[in-house]
Amino acid sequence: MSTKKTISDSKDIKSFTGPDFYNHVAGKSIYVDDIPAMEGMLFVKVFDSVIAHGKILSLDYTAAEQLEGVVKIFSAKDITGENQIGGIIPDEPLLADGEVHFCGQPVLLIAAETEDAAEEAYHKIKVEYDPLPVITNPREAFAKGKLLTSSRKFQLGDTTAAFKNCTYVFEGTTEVNGQEHLYLETQGAYAYPTEHNSVRVYSSTQGPTQVQKTVARVLGIGMNQVEVDVARLGGGFGGKEDQASAYAAMAALVAYVLKKPAKCILNRMEDMRMTGKRNPYSSDFKIGLDKELKILAYEVTHYQNGGAAADLSPAILERTLFHSTNSYNIPNVLATAHSCKTNLPPNTAFRGFGGPQGMYVMECAIDYVAKQLGVTADIIQRKNLLKDGDEFSYGQIVSACEAESCWDKLEKEVSIEKIKEEINAFNKENKLIKKGYSLMPICFGISFTNTMLNQARALVHVYLDGSIGVSTGGVEMGQGLNAKMMQVAAKEFGVSLIRIKVESTNTSRVVNTSPSAASSTADLNGKAVQDACKQIQERLVPFIKQELSIGINDTIYFVQDILYVNGIATTHNWKQLIAIAYVKRINLSAKGHYATPVINFDKTTEKGHPFAYHVYGTALTKVTVDCLRGTYELDTVKIVHDAGASMNPAVDIGQCEGGLVQGIGWMTMEEVVYNENGKLLSNALSTYKIPDIYSVPNEIDIEFLKTEKDNLAILKSKAVGEPPLMYGIGAYFAIRNAVLAFNPNTNITYHAPITPEKVLMGLYSKK
Amino acid sequence: MIEFILNNQHIKTTQPSGSTVLDFVRYHKRLMGTKVGCREGDCGACTVLVGSFENNKLVYRNMTSCLMPLTNVQGKHIVTVEGINQSELTPVQQAMIDTNGTQCGFCTIGFVMSLTGFVMNETCCSYTDAIKAIDGNICRCTGYKSIEKAANILSNKITERPTSNATEWLVENKFIPEYFKNIEDRLRLIPNPVSQPNSSDVLPIGGGTDLNVQKHHLVKKSETLNLFDNPSLKYITQVTDEIKIGASVTVAAFEESTIIQNILPDIKKYTKLISSSPIRNMATIAGNFVNASPIGDMTIFMLALNAKVVFNSGREIYLKDLYKGYKQLDKTKEELIQEISFKLPITGSVFNFEKVSKRTHLDIASVNSACLLKLNNEGIIESAHLSAGGVGPYPTYLTKTATFLTGKKLTDDVIEQAINIMQNEVSPISDARGTKEYKRLLLRQLFLAHIQKQGVEVFNLLNDISA
Repeated sequence: MSTKKTISDSKDIKSFTGPDFYNHVAGKSIYVDDIPAMEGMLFVKVFDSVIAHGKILSLDYTAAEQLEGVVKIFSAKDITGENQIGGIIPDEPLLADGEVHFCGQPVLLIAAETEDAAEEAYHKIKVEYDPLPVITNPREAFAKGKLLTSSRKFQLGDTTAAFKNCTYVFEGTTEVNGQEHLYLETQGAYAYPTEHNSVRVYSSTQGPTQVQKTVARVLGIGMNQVEVDVARLGGGFGGKEDQASAYAAMAALVAYVLKKPAKCILNRMEDMRMTGKRNPYSSDFKIGLDKELKILAYEVTHYQNGGAAADLSPAILERTLFHSTNSYNIPNVLATAHSCKTNLPPNTAFRGFGGPQGMYVMECAIDYVAKQLGVTADIIQRKNLLKDGDEFSYGQIVSACEAESCWDKLEKEVSIEKIKEEINAFNKENKLIKKGYSLMPICFGISFTNTMLNQARALVHVYLDGSIGVSTGGVEMGQGLNAKMMQVAAKEFGVSLIRIKVESTNTSRVVNTSPSAASSTADLNGKAVQDACKQIQERLVPFIKQELSIGINDTIYFVQDILYVNGIATTHNWKQLIAIAYVKRINLSAKGHYATPVINFDKTTEKGHPFAYHVYGTALTKVTVDCLRGTYELDTVKIVHDAGASMNPAVDIGQCEGGLVQGIGWMTMEEVVYNENGKLLSNALSTYKIPDIYSVPNEIDIEFLKTEKDNLAILKSKAVGEPPLMYGIGAYFAIRNAVLAFNPNTNITYHAPITPEKVLMGLYSKK
Repeated sequence: MIEFILNNQHIKTTQPSGSTVLDFVRYHKRLMGTKVGCREGDCGACTVLVGSFENNKLVYRNMTSCLMPLTNVQGKHIVTVEGINQSELTPVQQAMIDTNGTQCGFCTIGFVMSLTGFVMNETCCSYTDAIKAIDGNICRCTGYKSIEKAANILSNKITERPTSNATEWLVENKFIPEYFKNIEDRLRLIPNPVSQPNSSDVLPIGGGTDLNVQKHHLVKKSETLNLFDNPSLKYITQVTDEIKIGASVTVAAFEESTIIQNILPDIKKYTKLISSSPIRNMATIAGNFVNASPIGDMTIFMLALNAKVVFNSGREIYLKDLYKGYKQLDKTKEELIQEISFKLPITGSVFNFEKVSKRTHLDIASVNSACLLKLNNEGIIESAHLSAGGVGPYPTYLTKTATFLTGKKLTDDVIEQAINIMQNEVSPISDARGTKEYKRLLLRQLFLAHIQKQGVEVFNLLNDISA
């Protein structure tokens, strides 16, 4: 049943951004805290540690528990199952037991009838700690042997030998800070007891199965006794991939033990101090080039600040290594990474998942070489871009490469040479205002690097009135997943979009889901939807042919609900034929399954083919720096992005713009500040700033490199969630270059973000 | 008992007058469109429209309901997204969809309400006004470009809006539902806010933008004295060479005043650096004074105008004498600011306000500074007022520097000496807004920015003075 025509026939299908949006603008979309409270619902408040490391000497909550309205205060000993929430490594208790390892670590849970009672109890609890030394710096942790997991090393060729053949060899150090997710909806869950010793949990999570697994473990019951339901998230960005589980487990524990509905929603300051962020990295690099500026060798050592527990840091560490050479062909690579244990909240996934941190160091290395040799970085960048047949340090051979095509398309449109001249002329004219520019190519591998996770399932029901329900393991968090799932089902069946409803993500409907992460949600779940639809079609086609006496070799398909036979419209339609199919007892429901083929990775050799494909692109960033005040404005970002054959340009442009601005925020104004005692100083929206409408680039121009090459993306429409974030790294270098135009003797280091403070200090410093 | 109209519903409530409008609409009325994002006015997810009479005219402004105490809604119209929803999407809602201005949706309602406020504001019509209306709304998903497009569509749509009494047109064009036509009449039937007698167990509150950030748990249980709507505290007048400002004048009313615009033509350029539109709609200038934050923008601003404050006790002091230490004021617990006044700057004076923060807008200053200089024809400084925030325990009037500058010409040498004196007058500390070294350097730069505004070339000075 070919349905090729449906998409091209319907122009609006490609700009369809989702059924949710009508409700979003009218305030009708339901988030966890909007779910109507059931009678007797309890409020769950976390009592957390105020010190970053120490022994708990005494814990006195008798007075707090006796307050009116307080039902029970839970400590580690009240946990009915295992006091353990660690996903990859079991190293993180739900509630501290004897020791605390970071400021904000949950110690007790207060269950109360009102928020006010919970709040009052919080202030009545007395804890005595015996403080232990606090480590916040990953290098210090490394020196003391404090690692979360074993270190990793990717190796290609022989760097030691290669450096001997290099004309130029440079070394340096870089620092890149973390990033607060700042999803607008804070972490939270709502749980209530159900029959057979079970619980139903509404969670704001990217990983429903992870929540289910954690709740089952903490409660000491089977996963089949935990039903997790997710309608949507008010933003996730990785922060709710693993870390939503703790708060779901807390609500579920209270509901399970007290047999009452229970809600645990963090307020903003709790969320900021208790949850982990993007991992900061400290890195050393050594880079060697020949006289033609071809990079021959690159060594890099990353010290990842993992925080107090592993969380997802081991996997993030791995992706840092995968992306340590960004989009450059380097024949000799030695990349080492250590996941260091510090007394900060466990750091976690954040859009890019360690990739951006790896790329940042590579770009610093190139920039450093360029400054030392008196050339612009783009000269070196362009000479070293990947080509088909090159080998990544992890053994995958580059194919369907678009690194050069993206760069060259951009170059053709803007002429880097002309920009250089314009900026130089401007800087000569203006003493106190300087402009800078940078180029930022990206290459991002698509697939979970943990091969196991590259699977998905979908449940498709065709109801007897012809309407269609689609359930997948993917979570809608603003990325347009539901729109894409509807498009896939509409295309497969040849029906109009209004027939299709995407259901909430529910672990009783679709099981063993992978988190909505790694940019892969649409690919994995979309292919599972395709599979389910195809199964139904395989039952429908012979039935329709028989029912309507159509020849066995004739081609039939639906276009916008109308049945076509050999390309000619009939008077039969979907609704009518489904009704008959039901009467004739055709199975109109199917479960689809997809597991990405080809991919593999061997951690013992650190070699394999981990990615289904790569996404490429190049960004040009132009900025203006006010050299009196040390402030800056972003003038323009122009991007050529490798979108494959975008199935929904409206959604994909939105992902590019949003990702870019998030990346710019990370590189410029977003500064996570802990003091030496491990206490978060940037602990509210008043002290942690993300881009507002005035701080985004005056112009963002995104053009898709449209290709129809075969790939493993859903409908050849390449994954788009994470890659654009890394264009934001360009803002760092553009601003830095403007600082250098004012003060060539600056002592400014490679330390992101480049806040107005770093700019001003850079403008007026001397080597 | 507080009486007001919530959307199309007449409300009488005995909820504590210090509890927030956000909690009232969400958890008492279950209007779940209004979201909880940060509870400190920094994200805009809880934005509602507030209709009240200004000069006997019903005017709607966007405000963050998380900071707004219930006492401040007496006799007003509170509009949540449920109050603008109609059988079909409004043009604002449609524009947000047409431009893909929504992704996860959590901030979206805030944008919808702020943009609805923009189309209802008869003094606003340009694209710049539309962007200004949403400058207090934070979105983490879109990167704002799509929302800018929605703002553009709307500013084009309202070119045909009548310049006065636009309600009819707004209803006809489905921006707001029919019931808005009767709101004015219905509101006039509600008694005006009653000013309770001042007693020690009643908490006086202005816009709530500081108190509800810092003492939320205290305020929400308190009975409050509504200063915000006290008509005797809401005026800006000129009496001969003096400007008099009632204590409850908001930053928005200040920047919109033609009296102020005449004296300070750049006023809107300065206030753009101060918080956001919804906060400026709520925050009172006197509230900024008594909060005594070391970086209070309006305090720094008014210090350079050498403002005075008059208490309800009748006592009058210079603003610069109000501060005695960190959050320590020369003010008794019973004293409330009644009036703020300043002398009209002498003709030929140049005023300037500077502020640098991590994010240029909707942020707290790392350092802010204001300066009022009057040079005579020979270039000699006749009078000087200079203030700086973020460089000491309270908003600082730089007395020594100002005294030094008076009677001198702005030569390179004088400027350098002034900078040295200034550096000895301040004592910045390192915190989340910057290291003390940075703040000292920034203070110097902002002072040079003041000098630059006098028409003096400062580039050479930058090269001469090493950091």
